Amino acid sequence: MDLLRVKIWRGGESGGFATYDVPRQGDQTVLDVVTYIQRQLEPSLAYRFACRVGMCGSCAMTVNGVARWTCRTHVAKVEIDGGLEIAPLRNLPVIKDLVADMREFFGKWKKARGHFVATATRRDEFARISPETPQRKAADAAIECIGCGVCYASCDTVSWNPEYLGPAALNRAWTLFNDVRDGARAERLQDVAGDAGCQGCHTHLSCGERCPKRLQPTAAIAGLKRATALAAMRGKL
Amino acid sequence: MRNDLRSRNHRCFWAFLVHRVSGVALSVFLPLHFWVLGQALEGAGRLESFLRWTDHPLVKLSEIGLVLLLAAHLSGGLRLLLLEFRPWPAAPRWQQGALALTAGVSAAFGLLFALNVL
Amino acid sequence: MSARREALLWLAQRASAMLLAACVLLHLATMVYAVRSGLSAAAILGRTGGNLAWAAAYATFVLAVAVHAPLGLRSVCTEWFGWRGRAWDAAFLGFGLLLALAGWRAVWGVFQ
Repeated sequence: MDLLRVKIWRGGESGGFATYDVPRQGDQTVLDVVTYIQRQLEPSLAYRFACRVGMCGSCAMTVNGVARWTCRTHVAKVEIDGGLEIAPLRNLPVIKDLVADMREFFGKWKKARGHFVATATRRDEFARISPETPQRKAADAAIECIGCGVCYASCDTVSWNPEYLGPAALNRAWTLFNDVRDGARAERLQDVAGDAGCQGCHTHLSCGERCPKRLQPTAAIAGLKRATALAAMRGKL
Repeated sequence: MRNDLRSRNHRCFWAFLVHRVSGVALSVFLPLHFWVLGQALEGAGRLESFLRWTDHPLVKLSEIGLVLLLAAHLSGGLRLLLLEFRPWPAAPRWQQGALALTAGVSAAFGLLFALNVL
Repeated sequence: MSARREALLWLAQRASAMLLAACVLLHLATMVYAVRSGLSAAAILGRTGGNLAWAAAYATFVLAVAVHAPLGLRSVCTEWFGWRGRAWDAAFLGFGLLLALAGWRAVWGVFQ
């Protein structure tokens, strides 16, 4: 039987890799491999997943050094000489084994005012937004984020500047900045300005390189850079 | 835990590193450059005697290096300005072309300078 | 430092970069041309001495670089060495002033 040699991170911040042999199968995903180990070889292995189809954004891990959504990553695409190394996401504290602590990640979404602030009630008419407007197009290009944390884990600015809000939170702020129905666009611009916000980005483009949804947070962050600089010049920041 | 080179190993990251390292190197070189040119205040003779030192092959080689760094920082910087000031779509095919172009422009300037100085 | 000031510094670095793009292109072309028959003080000073357009261009070049370089170094030093805070900001400001003064002195040196 063809075997896959899988090294898996065990422990918390300090820990080490343990090696397991997993039978190879056609069309096997990395998440399948982790699930096999947990069910057949190591019941105490902790990992996180939910939908298994690339919608929920909970199964991201570091596979052979690179952050990936494991449910939609085929083993055949990433194995090196029949070997896999699976670790928790970088740039985040480790809770146990493959589970990273996402509080910091989602806390920064909150700091970036990553939620919609309604200005209308259910008794109002539906807002009519033409798909042709530049704002709608900009929001569209950035809207499909599933919050998996792959970009945040891949971002060197996050590693080098712990206050930095990160690609996902800023990308979310950009979609809301372009939502003409939102009632807190000026305040949000305030929240995302500066070195801890959009101005901290150095356009490494690692986020876009690794995003499983093929979004380009760098483009969104660049939009915020222009908008915040303009607001600062006008004394509105 | 931090990322290692396996995660950083993509073209745009190397372009960033070249930009950062060349920027630091040029910043260190600048005060030196200004000091040398300031020698002219004390007469053409002072400047001339320094310029004769630059005839040394090793100095010429480092001059070529500096031109390469400057051309790389210029062309890489233009790419970054485009990234930040020109709104771009989600799937930027022009990125790869832009990277190739910056490398080409830097090499061309370096070569042109080298051919003239040597 | 306030977020507003950081946003303005970002803009200052990019605006100076746009100016530098033109200056550096000019500088590269000049260098490639100037070294063709070897560098000599007489040839350099012959071109630059009393040339007002040249001096104005290079004085602008110096100003742009004195804004651009310290801001770039500030990012590198905060991120790679953890050198942040008011004292460091003052040091980078000092480096910018030093660059401007030394640069203008050099321009004056080859212009007069």
